[in-house]
Amino acid sequence: MTRRSSWLEAGGRIGTLVLAALLGALLALPLAGIVLRVTPSALLQQLAEPTVRQSLWLSLETSLAATVVSLVLGLPMAALLATREFPGKRAVEVLMDLPMVIPPTVAGFALLMAFGRAGLLGKSFSALGITLPFTTAGVVVAQVFMSVPFLVGAARAGFAAVEPRYLDAAATLRAGEVYGFLRVRLPLALPSVIAGIGMCWARALGEFGATITFAGNMAGSTRTVPLDVYLLLQENLDSAATLSLILVVMAAVLLAGMRQAGLGLFAPPRAPRSAQAPAR
Amino acid sequence: MSFRGRHTGLALGLLPALAAMAAPLAAQQSVTVFAAASLTEALTAIGRTFEQRYPGVTVKFNFAGSQVLATQMEQGARADVFASADQRWMKYAEDRKLLAAAPVTFARNRLVLVIPRSNPGGIERLQDLARPGLKLVLAGRQVPVGAYSREALTRLSLADGFPRRFDQLVLSNLVSEEENVRAVAAKVQLREADAGIVYQSDVTESVKPQLRIIPIPDPHNPIAEYSIATIAGGNSLGRGFVALVLSAEGQAVLAARGFLPPGTPTP
Amino acid sequence: MLRAALKHRLGEFALDCDLEAEARATLVVVGESGSGKSSVLRYLAGLLRPDQGRIDLGSDCWCDTERGIWIPAHGREVGYVPQDYALFPHLSAADNIGFGLRAAGFARSEVRRRTDALLERFELTAFGQQRPSQLSGGQQQRVALARALALEPVLLLLDEPLSALDVETRHVVRTELKRVLTGLSCITVFVTHAPMEALLFGDRIAVMEKGKVVQTGDRLSLLREPRSRYVATLLGLNLLAGRVVHRGQGSEVTLATPRGPITAAESGAGDELFVVVSPDQVTLSLDEPGTSARNVLSGEIAEILPEPPYGERVRVVIGPAPVFVAEVTAAAVAQLGLAVGQRVYAAFKATSVAAYA
Repeated sequence: MTRRSSWLEAGGRIGTLVLAALLGALLALPLAGIVLRVTPSALLQQLAEPTVRQSLWLSLETSLAATVVSLVLGLPMAALLATREFPGKRAVEVLMDLPMVIPPTVAGFALLMAFGRAGLLGKSFSALGITLPFTTAGVVVAQVFMSVPFLVGAARAGFAAVEPRYLDAAATLRAGEVYGFLRVRLPLALPSVIAGIGMCWARALGEFGATITFAGNMAGSTRTVPLDVYLLLQENLDSAATLSLILVVMAAVLLAGMRQAGLGLFAPPRAPRSAQAPAR
Repeated sequence: MSFRGRHTGLALGLLPALAAMAAPLAAQQSVTVFAAASLTEALTAIGRTFEQRYPGVTVKFNFAGSQVLATQMEQGARADVFASADQRWMKYAEDRKLLAAAPVTFARNRLVLVIPRSNPGGIERLQDLARPGLKLVLAGRQVPVGAYSREALTRLSLADGFPRRFDQLVLSNLVSEEENVRAVAAKVQLREADAGIVYQSDVTESVKPQLRIIPIPDPHNPIAEYSIATIAGGNSLGRGFVALVLSAEGQAVLAARGFLPPGTPTP
Repeated sequence: MLRAALKHRLGEFALDCDLEAEARATLVVVGESGSGKSSVLRYLAGLLRPDQGRIDLGSDCWCDTERGIWIPAHGREVGYVPQDYALFPHLSAADNIGFGLRAAGFARSEVRRRTDALLERFELTAFGQQRPSQLSGGQQQRVALARALALEPVLLLLDEPLSALDVETRHVVRTELKRVLTGLSCITVFVTHAPMEALLFGDRIAVMEKGKVVQTGDRLSLLREPRSRYVATLLGLNLLAGRVVHRGQGSEVTLATPRGPITAAESGAGDELFVVVSPDQVTLSLDEPGTSARNVLSGEIAEILPEPPYGERVRVVIGPAPVFVAEVTAAAVAQLGLAVGQRVYAAFKATSVAAYA
């Protein structure tokens, strides 16, 4: 090796480790800050508080509902994007990614413009007896808006990565497109789909800006944990820390669990038998 | 690109960045003002006057609910001036030794009930707020105007012509607790809420066309007291800014935007 | 009866082929990679649409571009075994085999019954619950075959079924596969690049070169009368073509070929004829031979290739183009001291060759 390339090798290795460690610290330290601030007794005390339980329960309910809705609406979209070309596809792709890049408060405002009482669909909704702002349903809508792109993105990538030869084989075995999707493409893409569900759920759990703008902030109906933490920051920092910790732990457990489920789906195969006697 | 060519490009690219960094060094004087959201227009105007009077100085504002500002400062946010919409949060800052000098009351404000011009809730008078099914938006309890609003409701429930449990009836119509007074105004403006309680000064020229005001009579109207103080560790420009706010000029600006002078006797 | 006529623009060349195949028989399509043979299977399977063409199976029309008829794969009674088998990795061997049955809507008990029967027929019962990744190459091939046959298709398509196997397995599987195919009542189309497989499996053989079928026939006719250098080379034979310059006694004929005059004891009618010479009918010498062999040609040795498995037989390729190949023993090569670049004389008898049109 020349002198320059050995410098490159050493430098590259060290540099990579250092930068990675920096990033790890950047993410871990704030979380450690919260953990260290909360004593176990404070944690238990907070968990006993009815308002805390209320916002925790609301967060769980709404994020779960939002995830289910995202799944139901998002999988077909992901399937379409992965398997079809159609005019305007680029625009749809951008649309699907948009909630990930616009500020959540802006999203909340946009939701009001569409579904608020005075919004585009306001009169129609009122006529049907549907109200979204200031309701739990509104919270779910805000969460779906902000978190479905994660599910669609992951699922689409998974669907698109399924090798065409499997689908071709399925076609020759009497599988129409829908049957082939359900029995071949979806199962083979399941790890990606599950990862998408995990990200979607975690994002819904942490949703704040769109929720507070669109659904409002009211204990019991719309005050999810993130909103509660925000309020507590102005009242009682210890309570805020405790609630923050609970949320972070919930999200972490969720993500880890999903990852594990996704990995566990394809158990590593046992080594294939090579030339065994009889050589069949 | 050749090795040298790449480096030349990099150096040339850095020049504008360096130039930009140098610019603030020239106008390094700035004064940071943390102020209640309701003071947005008034203080911004006073800030412009300040900048004209002292060329080279920039006034930076952070407008939010007074409760947010107080907690931010407690957590170490740097400010030179703090203007709070109530005594409570100013005292909070004082108790934590954040102030450089004693606070001074510089303005007051009345509360008003605002409804969208199209009046979706069909509200004609204050008593109508007790009607079940209405959508009322207030600021959170911790926000000065939120506390004031609740105080007003309590006072009204003791007044003639109002039911005994008026405050409870009205609060059962509460659908959202906003972060600051402007968010309350926005919800009413957007016609999402049937009614909201804000400061008189919040009904600015730009929102007036979309809102109707129902006044809260003075005996029942908790008049908000705004105080201002310089922050410990802040720069001397802060004193100048406070002085301008308290001067006849500053007071005129506040009055023009619906604020009451500090001296009017409270009922 | 399968009748297919397909035309399609395939990258650099155009596919233009006509194929026919009978029930209870195997048609082998043989050619080099890139000749378009795998694509042919995809058209027959219904996975690709040709620019132009017709595919008829008996009285059923699967494709007719002129009338706008096109039945996609899932509507055809076809069984397809791709080159790498494409077994569904997330399903067990049994579920793979039963996939088509389930897709076609058979009741679960029926699916189970038929799957078990197939597992037994292909000696896979012990491996039914295993995933494809846990099976050997030979087992995977049997699963793929069982899967394709589960719905009793009228047309079975096999894309290089032996090429994914290692040499030792291939040996055994070949015999087994031949047995299975012989017992089938459907039409089988088998694609391969190996001439030996073509000769072994094909009741009829179609040779494809650059998208076109250059010759079709049964094993014997191809070996006896290859009609293009490509087919001949594929079969390891020498082919010389030329015009008749002299007709001798009986049906003896002499042709003027690029490698000089060639005399054949037998011939057909016509002025432009082919002569095929098997390499093992050729003897080599360093000097002009004084034997009774009437045909002698010479050239410089371009290559010396030992033939598998032991290298005991050696192919000597004599240039220049068109090359002429002789097969001799390794001992002979050593004895003569043959080396690349050396000038040699190749001789063969007129009585051992026949000229044909």
